[in-house]
Amino acid sequence: MNDFFATTPGYVILTFAQALAILVPLLISVAYATYVERKVLAAIQIRKGPNVVGPFGLWQPFADALKMIMKETTIPSGANRVLFLMAPMLTFGLAMIAWAVIPVNAGWAIADINVGVLYLFAISSLGVYGIIIAGWASNSKYAFMGGLRSAAQMVSYEVSMGFVIVTVLICVGSLNLSDIVLAQSRVWFCIPLFPMFIVFFISALAETNRSPFDLAEGESEIVAGFFVEYSAMTFALFFLGEYANMFLMSALTTILFLGGWLPPLGLPQFGPLWFILKVWFGIFVFIWVRGTFPRYRYDQLMRLGWKVFLPLSLLYLVLTAGALMAFGWLPSVPGT
Amino acid sequence: MIASIAFYVFAAILLVSAAMVVTARNPVHSVLFLILSFFNAAALFLLAGAEFLAMILVIVYVGAVAVLFLFVVMMLDVNFAELRGGFQRYLPVGATVGAVLFVELALVLGGWQIAPDAGQLRFAPQPPDVHNTAALGRLIYTDYVLLFQIAGLVLMVAMIGAIVLTLRERKTSRHQSIAAQVGRDVRDTLELVNMPLGVGVSEFYRPLVEQPPPLHSDQPVIAHAGGGHGDGGHHAAEKR
Repeated sequence: MNDFFATTPGYVILTFAQALAILVPLLISVAYATYVERKVLAAIQIRKGPNVVGPFGLWQPFADALKMIMKETTIPSGANRVLFLMAPMLTFGLAMIAWAVIPVNAGWAIADINVGVLYLFAISSLGVYGIIIAGWASNSKYAFMGGLRSAAQMVSYEVSMGFVIVTVLICVGSLNLSDIVLAQSRVWFCIPLFPMFIVFFISALAETNRSPFDLAEGESEIVAGFFVEYSAMTFALFFLGEYANMFLMSALTTILFLGGWLPPLGLPQFGPLWFILKVWFGIFVFIWVRGTFPRYRYDQLMRLGWKVFLPLSLLYLVLTAGALMAFGWLPSVPGT
Repeated sequence: MIASIAFYVFAAILLVSAAMVVTARNPVHSVLFLILSFFNAAALFLLAGAEFLAMILVIVYVGAVAVLFLFVVMMLDVNFAELRGGFQRYLPVGATVGAVLFVELALVLGGWQIAPDAGQLRFAPQPPDVHNTAALGRLIYTDYVLLFQIAGLVLMVAMIGAIVLTLRERKTSRHQSIAAQVGRDVRDTLELVNMPLGVGVSEFYRPLVEQPPPLHSDQPVIAHAGGGHGDGGHHAAEKR
């Protein structure tokens, strides 16, 4: 069997199997994240939430999916057809391919590449294209406004996010995601780098266009923003892409700050269980924030990104580098 | 074998999309083709073993620069028919500039001297025992640290210049003083009043700019309204 996997066709089949093994649970999680979001929001607002389809409303995601598939995909007459249909696929596809490098357990990554963090950062910075192309191709004012807002917002928050990642990287001395997790075996980075953890999480909210930074959608001002013209499966792909991006950002927060698959408090480890629990905790906080905070105004959003987070993360980066240098805690980089 | 097939595929897409950048009718399509060619350049970097450069190319150029390109091009209102009409008129000038550039390039490349050991280095772009990223970092931050810093300074000067050129104080724009807004507390906006019956609200009216009485005062509130603020507030209310 191992000989077969060493050959080229065997390797291709193995990679396909691995991709399925991570994408199928991911998609089921995404489907149930919509259910969890509605249930948690309902609990916050003292309602019941979906409780009709199946026991406790558990088949609700599948009912929604079926409804989306049965509906007709309408394309506006002035729209650029190719780009209009390409945008949701791009959003969804980008949210999926990022998972190629995520280590869910020790050695459980499809591609354990040297520059894993940079790969994730690159993929997450591409997410803006799905939105901006959708906004432009729809040939609609509201969609276009939503696309422009989101483009400016995501580019702004990427900057401070980059500095946060650099802060973590100088504590690790490697760009490999497994190395980053293993570097936290003594203490998770969310403790020494607590302010950066908060900045990163809030930037993740802005990066995924979640409330309180969901100005790209802004249903009270620009109808529904960039996907106002989308229906049926094209809309569903945007929806799934948004939730998959939430999982991706939650996984990235887990890997960078919450110790990845490492168990807390010396508890025993059950495969990827702790990783999954931490990612779901991140999702819960995403929903909790949505149920608690009102939407930012656009100038306040920009001010927070450029005038608060950027100087703060830059300062903390310099402080961290100084502390590592002063106390001789700099990690050893292989090959230098 | 697979690597060379991949190289030719990526290189072919890179060249075709680069050609499409200048020939596409719609400027938005041009930018999208530019992004495609960035991607293929990144793939070529990956094939050459320069994974750090590949990722940085995607992050910086595709993730930030091209987004701003797209941002600007989408908002431009370009009349394509007019642009096409000017093609013949500007052809001589454009062709002259192009020819001058071509001759200069030819002169530079004609006098190009290749270092004797470059041929060896070409086949081993990275040292055998070092990660590509680490090797690049060592080179930039030790051997070329001064040049690297100067490049950073040049970029900063460019950035400051761009800000100075585009920043203008508009008299009509309203600014929010975050410190003042966060510094507000309940006493600045809200006052609890025990209303005696049959007096009416006008007795209590005063402009918000005046300092309201402290809430923890145990005197009846009517004393403040009558004495401390008295007539001024009352008249202001009537003027409205």
